[in-house]
Parts: sequence; C-alpha cells; structure tokens
Amino acid sequence: MVRLITHNLLACHVKGCNTNNFPLQFKDVQIELREAEFNPDFLKGFMPKLEWKALVDAARQLGDTTLPLEQPEMLDDEFLKNLHHVLLEIHVEEGVMTCSNCKHEYPVSNGIPNMLLAEHEIG
Amino acid sequence: MIPTPDLSHLTKEDFEHVYEPAEDTFLLLDALEVDAQDLKNIAPTICLEIGSGSGCVLSFIGGILGPSTLYLSTDINPHACRCTRSTGAQNKVSIDPINVGFASPLYNRLKHAVDLIVFNPPYVPTFEDEVRGAQDTRDIQGSWAGGLDGMGVTGVFLEHVEELLSLHARFYLVAVKDNNLPKIQQNMLKKHGLQSEVVLQRRAGREHLFVLRFVRNVM
Repeated sequence: MVRLITHNLLACHVKGCNTNNFPLQFKDVQIELREAEFNPDFLKGFMPKLEWKALVDAARQLGDTTLPLEQPEMLDDEFLKNLHHVLLEIHVEEGVMTCSNCKHEYPVSNGIPNMLLAEHEIG
Repeated sequence: MIPTPDLSHLTKEDFEHVYEPAEDTFLLLDALEVDAQDLKNIAPTICLEIGSGSGCVLSFIGGILGPSTLYLSTDINPHACRCTRSTGAQNKVSIDPINVGFASPLYNRLKHAVDLIVFNPPYVPTFEDEVRGAQDTRDIQGSWAGGLDGMGVTGVFLEHVEELLSLHARFYLVAVKDNNLPKIQQNMLKKHGLQSEVVLQRRAGREHLFVLRFVRNVM
C-alpha cells in the first residue's frame, strides 16, 4: 500500500536523476481510507524522519488540508490524530507517481508502487 | 516463543512464483528469535526487508516488535510484493511493499535512518549468466540463483547497505558456506566499518547455512 508515510520516503532513482527527484507527484489516483490503530508514540518517533513540506503537499494533493504548513512544536492530540490519518489511513491504491525532474512515471497498482526501471535507467 | 507466521492464505499457485519458506527462512527466524530482546531494546522506527518473498520474515519481526515500527519491504518480483502484503495482513502486521530491486528509491531519504535490515538473498552458486537472467524474469528463479560464488546479488547490496544503517542498526544476512563468509566479514569491516558475527548456523541437506549479524564498529 502506498500510504503517505511511504510516499514520504520514496525518491526517483533513475540513473543521473539526483536533484528535485523528491517528492514524487501523484496523478490520477484512487484512494481508499482504512482505519489504523492510533499510536501516538510511533507518530512522535517518526516525526523527525518526515520531510514535512512534502507530506503537507501530498496530503493537500489528495484533498486533506488538516496539517499545518509548519511542523508544530506542541503536539496536541488533535494534531496527532490528523497526522495519524494522513500518514497511515490514506492509501493510494491506483495511480501514478511522477518525478518532477526527469518526468519518469512510477505506476501504483493494487496499492503497490512499481519502482522497477529499465536496464538503461539503472544507476 | 514467537509464533511462526500464518501463511495459510497463500496457495500452490502463489508458490509457483514466490519462494516458499524453507530451511534458510526458518534459520533466519530462529536467529531473529535469539536476538528478540535486543531488537525490542533497539525499538526500531524503520525496519526494511530486501527481497521479502512470501512476507514470512517481516511478519515474524512484526510479531516481535509490534506496531511502533514501520515495516517496509522490497522485492523485484511483483507476486512477492502482493504476497508480502497479504501475509502481513493475515498476521496483523502492516507492511508497505515496494516493487523494486534492493532499496534504491530509499537511499535519498533514508540515509543512515534504517534501524533493522534483513536480507535472505539468492545465495545458491550458479553459472554467472544465470544471475542476471534470473533477476530479469522477476519471478521465482530470482529468489535463489546467485552466480559463481552465490554472491552475484548479495555483493551488490553489501556495497550500499552501510548508507542505510542508523547508528545502532542491525543488519541480518543469510549466507551459505560457498559464499566465503570470512571474506564477506573482512570486506564489510574494512570497507564499511561493519562488524559481524554468526548468530546461528545449520546444515540442511547439501547447504551449510549461516545467519550473520552486522553492526557498526564502535571503536
């Protein structure tokens, strides 16, 4: 499943594509919402690993505007619940992820991102 | 005792395309169980399995570490990605599979950020040109054919694994005697500063299997 937590970790890996290759842009997506168990400790532990702007942009692209533009210092329950929903409950099941730099398209099918490259694209 | 993951949802057809857990898989599970308490103490934020196959190993780790870890998997074989996800679901472990060889889309974002990596590679010595062909099929052949000394695939990942490992990370690798363990261990220490130990070893038919554990050399 391409949850936004995973999307936040994936960069284009085409040979020679080293700048502006993250985040990948969603296109033609079908999303499913699936409830996940709320785990504040996990969220707090994971926050330092997030690229915040990329997460907020991706969430907005998918129609969720609950996250603030800047990562807040005070982590109240409402914020953590919104973060939980964005990171773990929005599943991109179908669609395409495109690199802003080289325009390579990575399809998502049945919730699995296909990041395979052709021989000449492998670095 | 940590239960062996339930794979009853997988069919004979699935195992025509995806490696079915065998002695090597079970040795890796046993090694992870030996280290279970240490792994809990590390409390990994991110755990990554390279070549997750049926998803048995990652689901087992999920049983040790619980829901406070992100479980990522890669496999070049799309059938394996599908099985990994369903095996996770069957065992109540959320796994995010990525259909790719090794971990190359993750290096950019996960530099020195992964706390636990496991890799049960195609380690069987074969003719050299068999490795490439086997990986290209993106099917079950790629799960065992390993080239001349069985290191054709493993060697590629060993060159890069250090870039992913966090300070207190552990990396578990399955190998066989033919892979030349002393050479692997020496190389990893000299070139990448990773110390290693054999956690478990076992003879299974013609194979002499090992599980190696790598950690950063903190001198």
